[in-house]
Amino acid sequence: MLAIVGTVPDPEFPLVSGRVTLENGNLSIGGKTLGVNRGTPALLAAVVKACEVLGDQGVMGCLVGDIGLGDGSRKLYGYLTENLPTMAVHTLTFHYLQPDVDWHNRIVFAVEAMEKKPRMIADAGFMYAAKMSGQAGVYDLFTPDAGELAFLADETAPHPFYTRGFILHENNTVEDLIRRAYLHENGAAYLLVKGMVDHVADANGVIATVDGPAVAAMEAMGGTGDTLTGIATALVGAGMAVPRAATIAAKTNRLAGFYADPTPATQIMEVIQEIPRALAQVLNEDDTE
Amino acid sequence: MNTGSPLSGIDRLQQIALAFKRGLFRKKRKPSLEKTREDLGILVFENTSEVIQAERVLKAKGWKIRVMGPPPGIQSGCDLVIEFPLIEELHLWRLLDQAGIPPLKMVPVTAPLLKPVDLFQTKDFGDYLMVRAANMKLTVEKKSLRIVNVSGGGCPDVPYLAQMMVGKPLGEAPRPDTFGHTLCGYALELALQEMERQCLQ
Repeated sequence: MLAIVGTVPDPEFPLVSGRVTLENGNLSIGGKTLGVNRGTPALLAAVVKACEVLGDQGVMGCLVGDIGLGDGSRKLYGYLTENLPTMAVHTLTFHYLQPDVDWHNRIVFAVEAMEKKPRMIADAGFMYAAKMSGQAGVYDLFTPDAGELAFLADETAPHPFYTRGFILHENNTVEDLIRRAYLHENGAAYLLVKGMVDHVADANGVIATVDGPAVAAMEAMGGTGDTLTGIATALVGAGMAVPRAATIAAKTNRLAGFYADPTPATQIMEVIQEIPRALAQVLNEDDTE
Repeated sequence: MNTGSPLSGIDRLQQIALAFKRGLFRKKRKPSLEKTREDLGILVFENTSEVIQAERVLKAKGWKIRVMGPPPGIQSGCDLVIEFPLIEELHLWRLLDQAGIPPLKMVPVTAPLLKPVDLFQTKDFGDYLMVRAANMKLTVEKKSLRIVNVSGGGCPDVPYLAQMMVGKPLGEAPRPDTFGHTLCGYALELALQEMERQCLQ
């Protein structure tokens, strides 16, 4: 089973945990229907679409409503600390959650109590908490954008909002920031840095870069980072080595964006619909290289 | 391609043990460049949402306060505090109490505070303009001044704010400083203010 943990921007949405399907552009989980705009629903939709090509892995969602007050996130953290130890999950991705170091650490203990440690991916708020806790090394993959990479590289910042100006400065290259993130033990085993050029890296440096197709409008669109993390999750869940999964995910996300032919006003579902076509093409080209 | 090798259980335990030695998983933070002032204090609130409200109340009354990052001892992950002149503690406390947002506590500033990011980046897409503040991006269609996208961020109010703001014109869109609750929401408010400065003034 592959599990995605995150929040939904609806304060009335209850805590649900179960299989996720995508029908007519809406997610279905635990008898609830969810629209797909951005955030964790976009990540989940990308996973489901990628699994149309990779095969069904049993996509599970652990979701709760939270509009930033953290009440839903805390409820979900509590549920996971109780239930993770008995869950049969091989890939676990954490996403839009209220960053909270204490709860983060309880989740890590719950994962340690699982019979087999799943491969762990973190993005968004949970990645912030993972970095702040000093336990980035527990994770297999972080998927920061350029601003979040600067946050990982700033050993003093507890949130991207406090990243110091000299680190945010554009003269710092992505390679510099990756080096600095690992120097201060703030990188996961692998990093997939989203940007004009996507970088896949580990503590030894950059492993791969992906720069095409270049679709400039994707930078402004909400959800393109979520779909990238979703595709990477599906590939890792299918058993692919993390750096290869990250590289293929970056190529696929760009190609799906290219096929959607977006403007900065395009909404993310148009890109998600193109994921199966893009992923099939990228995998085919990867096999022939 | 380097595929690396997974950590053994012993390695993971050693990592956790190391983290414990660091002080219950909390990293020691090096001081930032912000200087300490003995005549300043910070007001600590229940959550970021209350800090944002308190800032609005105090600034509306002309108080010269600053929203800053808390010192490491009271950081939990998504925090803001209000820095103020210590001598005005009683007055400010009374004002906030009357506004229904009493602080949890007041702490004298004894260590450097984290300074919020104040760099904006603007990108011109031709028909669209994008402003980035910290990890948040806001995009507007130049012709209609309509917000067409919100991206970036990682706190749960980002998707909530995005669904409220996208499609609305600048000046009429719901504001993150009213409906946001986190640092990402606060950064989005800064991006909105910068966009308004560039497009409406």
